[in-house]
Amino acid sequence: MSDTLSRPAGDAAPGANRVGLTKADYDGAKTTLCPGCGHNAITGAIIQAAWEAGLEPHRVAKLSGIGCSSKTPAYFLGRSHGFNAVHGRMPSIATGVNAANRELLLIGVSGDGDTASIGLGQFCHLVRRNVPVVYIVENNGVYGLTKGQFSATADVGSLQKGGRQNELQPIDLCALAIELGCGFVARSFSGDPKQLRPLLKAAFAHRGTAVLDVISPCVTFADHEGSTKSYAHVKEHDAPLHDIEFVPYFEDITVEYEPGTTREVEMPDGSVVYLKKLAEDHDPTDRDAALDVLRQAQRERRLVTGLLYVDPASRPFDEEMKLVPEPLASLPLERCRPPRRVLEEIMEQMRTGKGLAAAGGGG
Amino acid sequence: MKPIVNDFSIHVATVNGSGSQTANTVLLRALFQMGIPVSGKNLFPSNIAGLPTWFTIRASKDGYVARRATSEILVVMNPETAAEDAAAMGPGGVIVLNDQIKLPPLPGDRIVYAVPMAKLMEPITKEVKLRRLVVNMIYVGVLGHLLSIDEAEVERALEAQLGRKPKALELNRQAIQAGWTWARENLEKRDPYRLERMDANTGKLLIDGNTAAALGALFGGVTVVTWYPITPSSSLVESLVGFLEKHRRDPATGRATYAVIQAEDEIAAIGMVLGAGWAGARAMTATSGPGISLMGEFAGYGYYAEIPAVVWDVQRVGPSTGLPTRTAQGDLSFVAGLSHGDTRHPVLLPHSVRECYEFGIAAFDLAERLQTPVFVLSDLDLGMNNWMSEPFPYPDAPWDRGKVLDDEALAALERFERYRDLEGDGIGWRTLPGVRNPKGAYFTRGSGHDEAARYTESPEAYRRGMDRLARKWETARGLVPKPAIEVVAGARVGLLAYGSTHWAMVEARDQLRAAGVEASYCLVRALPLAPEIGAFLESHDRVYVVEQNRDGQMAGLVRLEWPAHAAKIRTVLHYDGLPVDARFVTDGVLAQEGADAAVPVPQGADR
Repeated sequence: MSDTLSRPAGDAAPGANRVGLTKADYDGAKTTLCPGCGHNAITGAIIQAAWEAGLEPHRVAKLSGIGCSSKTPAYFLGRSHGFNAVHGRMPSIATGVNAANRELLLIGVSGDGDTASIGLGQFCHLVRRNVPVVYIVENNGVYGLTKGQFSATADVGSLQKGGRQNELQPIDLCALAIELGCGFVARSFSGDPKQLRPLLKAAFAHRGTAVLDVISPCVTFADHEGSTKSYAHVKEHDAPLHDIEFVPYFEDITVEYEPGTTREVEMPDGSVVYLKKLAEDHDPTDRDAALDVLRQAQRERRLVTGLLYVDPASRPFDEEMKLVPEPLASLPLERCRPPRRVLEEIMEQMRTGKGLAAAGGGG
Repeated sequence: MKPIVNDFSIHVATVNGSGSQTANTVLLRALFQMGIPVSGKNLFPSNIAGLPTWFTIRASKDGYVARRATSEILVVMNPETAAEDAAAMGPGGVIVLNDQIKLPPLPGDRIVYAVPMAKLMEPITKEVKLRRLVVNMIYVGVLGHLLSIDEAEVERALEAQLGRKPKALELNRQAIQAGWTWARENLEKRDPYRLERMDANTGKLLIDGNTAAALGALFGGVTVVTWYPITPSSSLVESLVGFLEKHRRDPATGRATYAVIQAEDEIAAIGMVLGAGWAGARAMTATSGPGISLMGEFAGYGYYAEIPAVVWDVQRVGPSTGLPTRTAQGDLSFVAGLSHGDTRHPVLLPHSVRECYEFGIAAFDLAERLQTPVFVLSDLDLGMNNWMSEPFPYPDAPWDRGKVLDDEALAALERFERYRDLEGDGIGWRTLPGVRNPKGAYFTRGSGHDEAARYTESPEAYRRGMDRLARKWETARGLVPKPAIEVVAGARVGLLAYGSTHWAMVEARDQLRAAGVEASYCLVRALPLAPEIGAFLESHDRVYVVEQNRDGQMAGLVRLEWPAHAAKIRTVLHYDGLPVDARFVTDGVLAQEGADAAVPVPQGADR
């Protein structure tokens, strides 16, 4: 079974997708990252996946924090608004953008320093609130922009370029996200676009926070012997859970598979993720199983990749807040300013003291 | 004995969490309804229950509402502080004492009314907890008799407070009656203090500044509110939530036309506001000192990336945790330039509850017009105490959403550049995410950028951007609220104040006049400082900046803005955490004037 490329419906221009855009329409500015950087491959996968999914660029907002990874939103979807926030605080920006305009698809790009160190608190609360963001961590275990210090996802025993060894436990962002109740958690590898692209498209179709932890080797500071996030080490230890195929709701495609070989997950928009089992049969809708898989892989020093956990019924934050369907940002004055009568009633309450609760103290 | 009418203060000493708030509110409202100008100051600890708390009610026929440092009548309900509270009473001081509390011997000229409060409570309820809560109403009744409070107004005030809880209403009513009757039958009045009906409050209302600020946000059309609980700002957001739930649900579907998000901390709170403001919402947060400190980095981001935001800082005493339940004006210079680098923020300085409401609306218009975070500095005294006010006016003008290009406007443009200053006011045009025209997309960043919002480290582009922001600052100077200036012909002395300090200034000016010092007055309402303030400095020999902090923060900003007049500027600084009182201001000015101009300092100007 191979990754299915989406085909444009109808008589669109050559190379145009369902919204009439070519792949080039999803490009951004030229990258300024190191040649060979894993992040560039992820940027490529985002462009490809966005084109295949037929995302409308004006309905996308790209968000990031600070670091090499956080620069990348400038390199894809140049027709979308972008917001490069302060270090580790992209989740709060995303929460505000979602509250203001729930029609936007938010693509957040962060790094392991930006998410697992300075931004760990905001990351946790984003997941806890289930703010609809496709949250991509470009994870290389080092601080690139400040030249190679360990991050909080560096593995025990991994060596820095200068030979110093990391002694501290890594934070597993996928396990953490699952613990926090995240409804979409996947891990992938920048060198495996065949797996990453369908995962991205599935994440676009998810409602709620979708966490994609993508191991993305740093060619300059972590691609040496002894680094557990080098291309060689990741390739050797990569253990995919399944082959993934994503069939969007707007395509009339039937996937043939032998009974018992494949699981399928239907996303809220009707798209389907097909997961063809490999060594083991992982049920991505089983939260405990997902945590077990991660723990076992950690013990065996394997890097499991694929769709770890998904809950298509997850209820996103904007739904939880019972917002009106249209963006709050576009509501007219008459829906935001109560009429004169309301002010007069409140003034009367303050005059008579009726209907007022006594003020409290505090600390 | 000559009666003293409508011109004294009642100081009630109780225990936090004992239910005295209702009793004090009933007293305050009863006086207010009698048409007597009143103010109430709640002096409370950072504690939920058990620590000492005080409430001061001032009646002033002259309309003065600032705190007075001394009171004429003390109600002693807290054994812990009884000795100290009683010792602070001057000659002729009146003490209403819960007779279970033993006071050390006092000078003979203090008037003590010992009231058997526990005994009076016995027939009212058997429940110990209720007795403890309702016993406060006994002093309401005793004071009612002693001071000739209109009984019908007490009943009305009580009914307004507890009307929806008939059982509690009846219990409290009985306690008031018990106190009143006992006082009538057993007390011989030995003090001169009494209250008489006046007609000073017609049409007026009582409201705290935080509720007023919440109304400003409501009628300003706020759509996204984020916050992290912190005293003394919490009640601002809590009031707002109450108003929003009631008045901003879609009538057909019950869905919300607003979002309120309790953040994990103040960093997230300001981040959410910036995200929402960037996406086009009217977004605000409210906090106090420690929260402001946390917001620093994002505040600079908002300034440099030019994103509208409204941040209320209801100031409390710092540094650090400081005195969380006491008042100050200590955040001014920090907020004015909050964040690293060359950062400047418009700061609105409401002095009254009405301005909390009006600036609450104006802050959104300014933030969206100027595309920048706008701070509103209130304080605990203004925010959490009740103040008399004229009713607030309904906003006549529609809102100002600033320079925003929609699809239609974009279609007519050859190209869009986010930070290009087309009109010379330093403000570029922005687009909101969701706009369909591909020309409208741009990338917002806190790193160096050029007019087209592209990343750059070019020295020229950086400087151009910073110079444009300086131009925008000058635009802001013309848009923020103007100072209120009252020049007294021939006066050599000027007084300058802002925020809640204003109310002590009203009284201090009268005291100074009585002492032979005529002073002009400048009430500053915002940063950037208006040019009129420079003219005020120009036309006076000595200008006293009065504020509630140690370092003279406004004085410093004024000196920086007008260095040529720096030598004229003097300070009177009040920073013990209590609201400034007029006598302190008067004495501070007179002491410096006396040394300088050999003006005699008269004694007893305040009785």
